[in-house]
Amino acid sequence: MAETKKKKIKVLVTKVGLDGHDRGVKVVASLLKEAGMEVIYLGMFQTPGGIVKAAIDEDVDVIGVSYLSGEHLVFTPKIVAEMKKNLLDDVLLVAGGTFPVEDIPTLEEMGIDKVFRAGSLTDTIVQYIQQNLKR
Amino acid sequence: MNKRPDIDQMVNRLFSGDRRATARLITWVEDGMEETREAMRRIYPRTGKAKIIGITGAGGAGKSTLTDHLIRKFREQDKTVGVVLVDPSSPFSGGAFLGDRIRLQNHSQDDGVYIRSMASRGYLGGLSRATYDVIRIIEAMGAEVVIVETLGAGQDEIDVIHIAHTCLLVVTPGMGDDIQAMKAGIMEIATIIVLNKADLEGANACLRHLNTTLSAASFEEGEWVPKVIPTVSVGGKPQDIQGIDELISAIQEHHAHLQKTDAIDQIKSERVEHELGLIFKDELQKLIFKGLKGTGRKKRYIENIVKGKDDPYSVVDEVLKTYIKTKE
Ligand code: B12
Ligand SMILES: Nc1nc2c(ncn2[C@@H]2O[C@H](COP(=O)(O)OP(=O)(O)OP(=O)(O)O)[C@@H](O)[C@H]2O)c(=O)[nH]1
Ligand SMILES: [Mg+2]
Repeated sequence: MAETKKKKIKVLVTKVGLDGHDRGVKVVASLLKEAGMEVIYLGMFQTPGGIVKAAIDEDVDVIGVSYLSGEHLVFTPKIVAEMKKNLLDDVLLVAGGTFPVEDIPTLEEMGIDKVFRAGSLTDTIVQYIQQNLKR
Repeated sequence: MNKRPDIDQMVNRLFSGDRRATARLITWVEDGMEETREAMRRIYPRTGKAKIIGITGAGGAGKSTLTDHLIRKFREQDKTVGVVLVDPSSPFSGGAFLGDRIRLQNHSQDDGVYIRSMASRGYLGGLSRATYDVIRIIEAMGAEVVIVETLGAGQDEIDVIHIAHTCLLVVTPGMGDDIQAMKAGIMEIATIIVLNKADLEGANACLRHLNTTLSAASFEEGEWVPKVIPTVSVGGKPQDIQGIDELISAIQEHHAHLQKTDAIDQIKSERVEHELGLIFKDELQKLIFKGLKGTGRKKRYIENIVKGKDDPYSVVDEVLKTYIKTKE
């Protein structure tokens, strides 16, 4: 039996607002699981406050939000604000889904660490998370 | 980043009900951090008062949905609730999909509810090895009720009886044959058998079957006789939901029974005995492998066993003799 345990990466993935497209987020969840991570899926119709509270309780390393209904610019600042309010500065925030390329810089300015659009390769997502953990 | 965490501070924050500290301490336990031992030493004396309810049953039987109702009922009584949800780790990747929380969304903003999802990380018995300490941590945080959902049980995932005061076994109609097979083992662990999805076909036959099976079993005078409670825990309208009040009453009745018969003391002793055994096993193994480290003996033992020159029992005997002086 190995004596030095490697810390498991815990990721919370979620939908937010009224967006009912959950295929992509489930695909991402299972990709991350296959890469050895422990993935908590919160489901659809979540609120920024609920997402951040779950992230605190679960002590996750990463929050991943999936956007496919054009609400990315509305919810991102709210999630970031909740994270700031709760001093969650050691949690990586990533997002994916379908939205205009032009919005990516805006999303990153708002506080998302990395955005993955449709067609992103699994390895890219997994590697990014593994190499950019904040703790 | 590599600063050693301040155990004192973390534990004090836990005692004051701080969720961040609670959550981080649980991660320490799950990851087997060195600090865990010292932290648990301080946490233990603050535990043992919460009511612990275990929920087990086959995958998809409705454990999480029922958990959601139980949380709601306990919150109506103004009790603080902790929830531990265990799901299996993939034996191939070591990863896990922890999806129970989806069904507990009604409490996502309630500060009186602490919910933690955990992967089994290869531990058998329906829990994860960390579960035992994690429940203690949640108790120390101040939860008055702790609900533990095991991963979808087959026959052997019954370790929850070593922890829970009250054990719910969730079954569904159409499991007729499975219930038949179950009755020897898993049914005996149940305090309450919840026949969930009682809206589905076959529920009445299943209910009759469960009651017949139970009435055939013999119980000692004063012993708790498992109750069967049919429930419907999903529905389009609130009035579709059925049996939840009866379930809560049965849980309370069992609680009263435990207090009256001092069976609760026995359960608490058994819980401690089980935990003690687990800790001995873990610590002894660590101690011994640490002692063998750098001596080359471990490798030699293994080689000899592989080659058939030695066997593991003799090796363990020999090694143990150098550590422990047994009275013979
Ligand atoms: C399938 C689909 C549906 C299905 C959804 C089924 C389901 N349960 O998911 C149904 C039919 C229900 C549906 C309904 C609607 N849809 Co629709 N739908 C789609 C469609 C065709 C494909 C989405 C999909 O499943 N892709 C496959 C998955 C695997 O890919 P993905 O989600 O992009 O995820 C990948 C990456 O983005 C990334 N990723 C995604 N999330 C995350 C999260 C993290 C953390 C990371 C790291 C990565 C990541 O990784 C994934 C794998 O590579 C898209 C078109 C499109 N181009 O996206 C429209 C689309 C999203 N739908 C659209 C619309 C308008 C609707 C409806 C409003 C239609 C209507 N008028 O009724 C409704 C709204 C429903 C609701 N409540 O939200 C628009 C949205 C426009 C916008 N942005 O405002 C789109 C873009 C179509 C279009 N071009 O108009 N839809
Ligand atoms: N018809 C019917 N469906 C139900 C009932 N209770 C739960 N379900 C459905 O059964 C499915 C599984 O419910 P869960 O609560 O996730 O079951 P679980 O036992 O926690 O499942 P695992 O954690 O995966 O083992 C969901 O789709 C529920 O909506 C019920 O009383 N009647
Ligand atoms: Mg469940």
